[in-house]
Amino acid sequence: MTEKPFTTGTRLLPLIVLFAAIAVWWALWQLRVFPESVFPSPLAVAKGIGEEIRTGRLGNDLVASLFRVTTGFMLAVLLGVPVGLWLGNHVRSRLALLPAINFFRSLSPLAWIPFAILWFGIGDLPAIFLIFMACFFPIVVATLAAVASIPSVYFRVARDYRFSGLELLTKVTLPAIAPQVITSLRVTAGLAWLVVVAAEMIAGRDGLGFAIWDARNGLRMDLLVAGMIVIGVIGMVIDRLLMRLTKIRSVSWGYEG
Amino acid sequence: MKAKPLLIKEASVSFGSVEVFRNLSLEISQGEFVAVVGPSGCGKTTLLNLFSGFLKPSLGSVVCSGRVRMVYQHDGLLPWQTAAQNIALGLRDLSSEAERKRQLNEMLRLINLEEFAGHYPHQLSGGMRQRVELARALAGDTDILLLDEPFSSLDYLTGLRLRRELARMLEELPRTVVLVTHDIEEAAQLADRILVLSDRPARICRELRMSLPRPRELTHPQVVETVHAVLAEFGLEQDKVGV
Repeated sequence: MTEKPFTTGTRLLPLIVLFAAIAVWWALWQLRVFPESVFPSPLAVAKGIGEEIRTGRLGNDLVASLFRVTTGFMLAVLLGVPVGLWLGNHVRSRLALLPAINFFRSLSPLAWIPFAILWFGIGDLPAIFLIFMACFFPIVVATLAAVASIPSVYFRVARDYRFSGLELLTKVTLPAIAPQVITSLRVTAGLAWLVVVAAEMIAGRDGLGFAIWDARNGLRMDLLVAGMIVIGVIGMVIDRLLMRLTKIRSVSWGYEG
Repeated sequence: MKAKPLLIKEASVSFGSVEVFRNLSLEISQGEFVAVVGPSGCGKTTLLNLFSGFLKPSLGSVVCSGRVRMVYQHDGLLPWQTAAQNIALGLRDLSSEAERKRQLNEMLRLINLEEFAGHYPHQLSGGMRQRVELARALAGDTDILLLDEPFSSLDYLTGLRLRRELARMLEELPRTVVLVTHDIEEAAQLADRILVLSDRPARICRELRMSLPRPRELTHPQVVETVHAVLAEFGLEQDKVGV
């Protein structure tokens, strides 16, 4: 995957698209395609963002949401990767558990919302639980698939050069699955960010999801759109940060050629 | 009498109902370069797996005295390690850090890849990768080198170049070598002894000895004659009298 060097002009293209989108938005607002009460102007939304920043509410909501996503996601990684490693190496356990894992993976995490509230009440815990349920199973499946597809020649080389049992894990298995696991982390982190919004809308008293729900209930469409914009931007930032992992030199082999 | 670090005595190997070897016996002397050629699927790689201990015969015995390293057809390098780190695997057993470093630089010089020490395998050409694999297998205190069609994934000219390099490397770092190949020219250019295997269950149907010193020209009459003799064994050329 080689990318052509971009000129400054091509780099500006996304900005042009952004301005065009705002222009269309503004035009729709000017033409009153929707009633003003349910269709805020770009300017009102910009003011709304400013207001949310000044009152400190945006900061609070952002921290609350990020805390839930980080905790739920990290729990899913810390448990999901080892479980995937184990299942990747044990055929019988894999045969026994894979259908169950695929069942839970196919079950929308949002279906757990009623139980999340009944079991954990309102606040951080139900959101963390839902994020964990959304991320854990895909991470397990991605890890075990990566383990199962490691070329056997690497283990033969490890045997030729007398790797110990622990070295097999740290110097062969983990580096061999790293590219695929990192890709799955990017996908599941995106999933976590989707789920936290839904979780907070129903089972939260703060967080970005709650903020847009609250804005809707208060008929503050400017704040609602402000919240949507922040959620989208943060999601992009999270993906960008995780994409940096793919640039690590000892991992980049998995994304080229 | 020379030591025989590699010995197979009346070994039989089967995979399910497929009989690969029946009562195969073979002796390889210290420092000897033996090439094994034969039709594909006749068990050439199985022979290497017997020597490396990766596979046990169902009957008979295999003796392999000495440290064994194997070079694989392709992609035997660990892709998450640089060329230098891969070669350093071969030096793991050396206790002195300084000595490891010295020998690593020595190996990089030997394969002419000093500038590429920090490159990862996917950043190297196929020929470079196989050179790194050879260096890794030859590094450190080893005795036996098993080569499983090490040049088969390379283009013709690169393959020729690497044969020459292998001969030069073995000059500096002598080893007992078993080369499995389907390339008869390669066998004739490199080996002291060529074993021609038959179809399954494989037996040694012909043994040819080469006295010519390495490196050998591909077009040297003795090399050409040996190639001819092996081809004749496979029924691909008319056998001449007196080869």
